[in-house]
Amino acid sequence: MLELVIQTENLSKSFGKTRAVDNVNLSIHSGEIYGLVGPDGAGKTTLMRLLCGALHMDNGKATIAGYDITNQAEHARQQIGYLAQRFAMYEELTVWENLQFFAEVRGLPSKEWVQRGKEILEFVGLEEFAGRRAGQLSGGMKQKLGLASALVHRPRILLLDEPTTGVDPVTRQGFWQLIIRVVAQENVTVLISTPYMDEASRCMRLGFMRQGKIFLEGKPRDLCAKLTQQIYELQGRPLQLLRQIAAKHAAVENVQMFGGRLHLRIKRGQAKTLGRLKSEIRSAGAIVDHLKPIDPQLEDVFIALVEK
Amino acid sequence: MSFETAMEIVIKAENLTKRFGDFTAVNSVSFSVQKGEILGYLGPNGSGKTTTIRMLLGLLTPSAGSIEVLGINVQQNPEPVRQQVGYMSQKFSLYHDMTVEENLAFYAGVYGIVNRQRINAVLEEIGLTEVKRSLVQNLSTGWRQRLALATSIIHQPPLLFLDEPTGGVDPAARRAFWDLIYQQVEQGVTALVTTHYMDEAEYCTRVGIMQSGRLLALDTPQGLKKSMASTTIWDIHATPLLPTLTRLEKHPNILLVRLASDHLSVITAKDMDKKSLEHIIEQGNSKCVQIEEAEPSLEDVFLTLAGNN
Amino acid sequence: MYNRLISLIRKEFIQIIRDPRTLALTFIMPVMMLFLLGYAATNDVRNIGLVVMDQDQSPSSRRLIQAYLNADYFKLSGVVFSEKELRARIDNNTARAGIIIPPGYGKTIAAGKTAQVAFILDGSDPTVASTALAAAVLIGQAHATQITSERVKKQGLSNMMLLPIDVRTQVLYNPGLVSAYYMIPALIGQILQFLATMLTATSIVRERERGTIEQLIVTPLKPWELVVGKLTPYVLISFLDTLEVLAAGVLLFRVPINGNLILLLVLSGLFLITTLGIGLLISTIANTQQEAMLTTMFTILPTIFLSGFFFPLAAMPTWLRLISYAIPLRYFLIISRGIILKGVGLSSLWGEVIALLIFAIAVMSAASLRFRKSLD
Repeated sequence: MLELVIQTENLSKSFGKTRAVDNVNLSIHSGEIYGLVGPDGAGKTTLMRLLCGALHMDNGKATIAGYDITNQAEHARQQIGYLAQRFAMYEELTVWENLQFFAEVRGLPSKEWVQRGKEILEFVGLEEFAGRRAGQLSGGMKQKLGLASALVHRPRILLLDEPTTGVDPVTRQGFWQLIIRVVAQENVTVLISTPYMDEASRCMRLGFMRQGKIFLEGKPRDLCAKLTQQIYELQGRPLQLLRQIAAKHAAVENVQMFGGRLHLRIKRGQAKTLGRLKSEIRSAGAIVDHLKPIDPQLEDVFIALVEK
Repeated sequence: MSFETAMEIVIKAENLTKRFGDFTAVNSVSFSVQKGEILGYLGPNGSGKTTTIRMLLGLLTPSAGSIEVLGINVQQNPEPVRQQVGYMSQKFSLYHDMTVEENLAFYAGVYGIVNRQRINAVLEEIGLTEVKRSLVQNLSTGWRQRLALATSIIHQPPLLFLDEPTGGVDPAARRAFWDLIYQQVEQGVTALVTTHYMDEAEYCTRVGIMQSGRLLALDTPQGLKKSMASTTIWDIHATPLLPTLTRLEKHPNILLVRLASDHLSVITAKDMDKKSLEHIIEQGNSKCVQIEEAEPSLEDVFLTLAGNN
Repeated sequence: MYNRLISLIRKEFIQIIRDPRTLALTFIMPVMMLFLLGYAATNDVRNIGLVVMDQDQSPSSRRLIQAYLNADYFKLSGVVFSEKELRARIDNNTARAGIIIPPGYGKTIAAGKTAQVAFILDGSDPTVASTALAAAVLIGQAHATQITSERVKKQGLSNMMLLPIDVRTQVLYNPGLVSAYYMIPALIGQILQFLATMLTATSIVRERERGTIEQLIVTPLKPWELVVGKLTPYVLISFLDTLEVLAAGVLLFRVPINGNLILLLVLSGLFLITTLGIGLLISTIANTQQEAMLTTMFTILPTIFLSGFFFPLAAMPTWLRLISYAIPLRYFLIISRGIILKGVGLSSLWGEVIALLIFAIAVMSAASLRFRKSLD
């Protein structure tokens, strides 16, 4: 049986009247990549801050690698590497000096961290830039330095709060490869939040958060299967016209653009009445390449869930 | 609509260059935008997208090249241009200690609009009425983003510059925001949008891909994908994922490998077939679960262009 | 144009009001400075602690002691019986001065001879020491003169032998030599300078830090509108502060305003243009609010010493005095002290007014040259 490294029971935190985190129960196993997704203000950041000890919970219980985060805060914190949404590094310091700082504030003696620092810089691919000022790194390299700083004390758990927000696809690719390698090679458990559904579908398990609660949890594929409505893909031209016509159709609950295609969410049991849609579109002078049922993607699920 | 108005050129940039010291942020970029288009700009951080927009607005002086926006030379005459454009900057230029309504009223006043009806109409149009009395500092990114859009369209500009407007919001909010952009475009507005999201780029009339200050390609999403015609895209489900990726990366016949949600997306030359690809993968300890051909996405185009440079 | 400006000013006021702590500070600080300067930083030396060692204990010695205590310069802080004890009192700061009257003092006086009295002073604070020294000598001489004239009277020479010269002094403008009278007019200048510079510089830099300046630049706001709109609220606040300090000075410290108040306010306005210009100039250089704050400090601190605010310019070495001509506050202090204390009019101040005008024009031109609607 795999060890539970993050466990919470009825974890709660309020700010005034807002219940930012509301009775959250999490059980994350060693070696998992657990994704938190949910709309803005759902409480993902607050949840992470509670776990890493930056905020104090109002209620509930949480253990990190077996340490209670209230009673054994220091031990619990030692197990965690945290990369905040806006990772603050010291731009005037070099890459190496930043790493030294983050290692030393965590109480690592120089004997240990010098070796580890070299190792971790090589791991993220920054060894050539050790002497460069952090302020002069590109966005992607800053990201890597952030990850290196979070990993320098060999934590068992990595909390990543939207690490790829505002980051271009090339950099995101590299970053995710690193995360997967961290999990495989360093035996680290990752809790990550992301607004990108393609990244979310890469996680082993996902928790959907809304209004402070985790209201749905599971493997990405299982979550997709939970969508009770059917999704149809519509391809054609011009998209805007297609979209307008599809949205007016009685059987269509929702229309979303997915790249160059449309995803139509069909009201339950009404797929049969969709037949007329093609001819309606054609009579409006637009072109239909295809209209076919598809497996729902995570993003379809997300949108359907957020709508409720 | 006559042919001429359909082809009306709103932005024309020629050999646009901007150097900061030794660093060339934008390197001889030329393009034009027609009325009613949504021009998407893709590129990694620091590739020169924001610098380009800032030059188009006259916020920065180009080191070389010329710009005409709405038929006006921006360098010589920035003010009349600024009256007719809306700009939403990456930072969402809002006053956090003021309410939604106060922010909007301020920008309205600055554009000489005193009519409360226009302010209310924009609040309504952008869906901000319910939060109009909230302080900006208490709002989530999604709301701030809407307010930033509202302030940039308060004076009904025919041209909109949106610099990474959807950074940091969830997919639902992102889509809702794009609907607002469409709403504007349907009213005849032209928009230039920078983004990191490939799926957003698909919504654009044309897409420019920037890398290290150069405009590598500029075409319709369809056209860009056609540029991948000499290659095949494969969706590969294999375990374990990462060693498979590492092996494929090193193989000379593989042009590009990337993580695509929970599987790998691989680009090969046209002459590669499924059997030989399977063979490459299973040479190691990896196990192929599923291999199928896929259509190129903009992400493939982007990674191929931006990755190779 | 009109609407744009109003809109900008309104926005600025909303932001000022939303930050009540800063607003409160801008009004509390001047009064606090006034109190400190009015009470604590006074140059007037009064009530110097005096220990007495009277070894004579005669009516004459008591008269001498009384003469010292009658002037407000000294107050009795104790009586001691040994020189050692007296030194100890001065060492531990319970007294600043000591007087030793030797035994036989009374007899010596009565015999018509010259008696010697020792006066011991703590010289560690030169201001106190020099005042005490002068007072000790003066009071001693006055007492001596009195004794002489009494002796003369006794010998029946009556008015035949009076002192040859009697100097009568008259102090103009500030007859009580009250420091507060001198400091308050200067404080107005200091406040106008400090607040206006600091508030302008930080408020503009804040827009840059937040990124809102980018949006302002793309609006049709003209550069001068941007400047005027941003400055107006701070002009108002600085003026209110000026009035506040004047009112506090008149009501609490009874500073008489001898000259024309309107002239004072108009010339304060002229000075304000200079200081706002400096703030604006700083805002074009500084990238962060912290930088703006420190740059403001850096420009203002020297003016406290070189403008004649605390230390008289006349006492400075020539080269420092030459530097002081480059400090606008120097001229304004002459103007404000002139109008408030001396009650002089424009005719006596035109030199300073022209100097301020030159500064205002120079600083504002430099600021507007540097302040561009661009991010370059």
